[in-house]
Amino acid sequence: MYQYFYNLLGNEIAATLITAAVPLVNVLLVALIGVYLERKVSAHMQDRLGPMRTGWHGVFQTIADFIKMLQKEDAVSTEIDKKLYNLAPVLVFTGTFAAYAAIPFSSQLIGSEAEVGIFYVVAISSLVVAGILMAGWSSNNKYSLLGAMRSAAQIVSYEIPTAIVILSMVMLTGTLSLDKFSQMQTAYFWNWNIFGGADFGLVKFLLIPFMIVGFIIVFISTLAEVNRTPFDIPEAESELVAGYFTEYCGMKWAMFMLSEYGNMFAVSAIVTILFFGGYQSPVGYVGDLLGADWMIPLEQGFWFIAKGWFFIFVQMWLRWTLPRLRVDQLMSLCWKYLIPYAFVNLIIIGFISLI
Amino acid sequence: MALKTEHMVLNMGPQHPSTHGVLRLELELEGELIKSVKPHIGYLHRCFEKHAEAMQYNQVIPYTDRMDYLAAMYNNFGYVIAVEKLLGIEVPERVQYIRVIMGELQRIASHLVALGTYGLDIGAFTPFLYLFRDREKILTLFEMTCGARLLYNYMWVGGLSHDIHPDFQRMTKEFINYFKPTIVELDNLLSYNKIFIERTANIGILPVDTAINYGVTGPMLRGSGIKFDLRKDDPYSIYHRFDFDIPVGKGLYGTVGDCWDRYYVRVREMEQSLKIIEQAIDNIPDGDVQSAIPKRIKPPKGTVYSRVENPRGELGYFIISDGNTNPFRVKVRAPSFVNLEVMGELCKGHLVADVIAILGSVDIVLGEVDR
Repeated sequence: MYQYFYNLLGNEIAATLITAAVPLVNVLLVALIGVYLERKVSAHMQDRLGPMRTGWHGVFQTIADFIKMLQKEDAVSTEIDKKLYNLAPVLVFTGTFAAYAAIPFSSQLIGSEAEVGIFYVVAISSLVVAGILMAGWSSNNKYSLLGAMRSAAQIVSYEIPTAIVILSMVMLTGTLSLDKFSQMQTAYFWNWNIFGGADFGLVKFLLIPFMIVGFIIVFISTLAEVNRTPFDIPEAESELVAGYFTEYCGMKWAMFMLSEYGNMFAVSAIVTILFFGGYQSPVGYVGDLLGADWMIPLEQGFWFIAKGWFFIFVQMWLRWTLPRLRVDQLMSLCWKYLIPYAFVNLIIIGFISLI
Repeated sequence: MALKTEHMVLNMGPQHPSTHGVLRLELELEGELIKSVKPHIGYLHRCFEKHAEAMQYNQVIPYTDRMDYLAAMYNNFGYVIAVEKLLGIEVPERVQYIRVIMGELQRIASHLVALGTYGLDIGAFTPFLYLFRDREKILTLFEMTCGARLLYNYMWVGGLSHDIHPDFQRMTKEFINYFKPTIVELDNLLSYNKIFIERTANIGILPVDTAINYGVTGPMLRGSGIKFDLRKDDPYSIYHRFDFDIPVGKGLYGTVGDCWDRYYVRVREMEQSLKIIEQAIDNIPDGDVQSAIPKRIKPPKGTVYSRVENPRGELGYFIISDGNTNPFRVKVRAPSFVNLEVMGELCKGHLVADVIAILGSVDIVLGEVDR
């Protein structure tokens, strides 16, 4: 990405700044639009209209809320562990934001073209757990503590099936780089990994069912990792009030909110890259037709964000349809079903790739 | 060396999103496992019974509204029946029919809140709003009848405060036609949802003998498999004229008497209420709804205990008259209060999340528990 902006602007500093700013702007936009969309999606699913007063169909509602958050008094209990309490939201947000560094938005828009991109994303998003535990512990609130404990157990457990499926994909493609993942699934949608990858032949058709299983496992476990219904047990508002961020308010609370939506997009991006062609267009590029090369990265960016938002929509859809699981049921789903299936899937994909 | 460990005491309520009001539960936890549950009540105590002693008989009616505010019609109903029994007056047919229709509409409205908030407790937000949308239609019917949406003061001793609106019958029938498919929708969306069943089946099992020992009534008792409904077993008003079934818990997905059974009994009861309304709505005889209202209520010395099947169970009024215009004593047997007592028994050995599921299935209204 740096090279792209450097070529475009011819200025090192400006290129560096823009390279760093793009993911940040994206996270903020995702949160801004995500909150609005969540309200609208839920409202229309529930026979309501949702926010309607701030701007056309309430489009400025999130901005109004954001301003309200900024103005809020930072009311904190005297019994808290100040350092950890203040650090926790920052850490949670950092974990989310850092993951964006390696996500390729298009062939030119990559913060870091790290060779171990997928590994880095999985590792850095674990930072969130530490932040959540800190928030829960330092709040000195029993509900927060329960929420944090649940959250830690949940996120750590669900990283395992995700990692196993990612491993099977890595095995198949032979790369850890998210950019290469995307490049391999080039051109048309039947080359996507969910449809068996770009190689046309027996292997492709053998792979399809196992790819679908892998996709379902990854989707369920990423849902759990970002604490969305039916796995929103850490913040289960009917049981734990608000879980680990019960004691937070104002901007610190908004940081958690921001990272929740940022995380939603991040995991959607991972799912997209692994199975749905990353930034590749499903139907070819307008830039190719017109012979305008500079258009292609922009088109890729569009497709990537569109795919990401599609999965965010699915997450919202599930949230407003399903009830919540219980802690032990959540754990048994992970350890008794997802992990064994992921392992079996890994082995079968291994055999198929030997053919 | 063994570490010293102790149980965590978690104070749930009186400000908590799902204690259904100002109930406070003292939970003793080992991790997330419940060791004991102690409900603390009294945060909404308003001295209804003492107030009633200072009021004339008809002035007590608005206070009964404020006990079980989700089933205010039925509280009126129970009280006026008790006073009418004390006075020994006959109520016109038209009044009887309208009372039954209002009572059953109120039962549906109350169950809609119970089921909706129950879904909310389990984490399903959408059914809650669907059910409140449907409840709104019932409240509209009430509003056009007596002007109030929550606390009606509609049933008076010997009659009603207002006659029904000319459009009432038509709109009620429209509501019935509208509401029948939405019950199916609720079943598909929530009742038979796999996660919902996982969360509620085999949770908070209330065995028959425990239920009877604690004096549990209403959908809770029927959820445990006992066919006991005062509308059938001790008919009051004109309930004996109608044909309806009493749904009981059968343990379809778990054990008889679990949370799912209690939930499901309420869903099926709404259908039976519709059935009663359908039979009554076209047969309302003509007449004056206020013709039998006594000018001055001064019952003879004596006592009366009258009970009705409120949406939550047996609502009983025990009234002592010393021959004055004020009751000497009004004692209410509140179903929520009695049903809540069994909480401690139900929660043993469950997780924190189950406490919410169990409490929701008990369906308490704190206004009635504390009075």
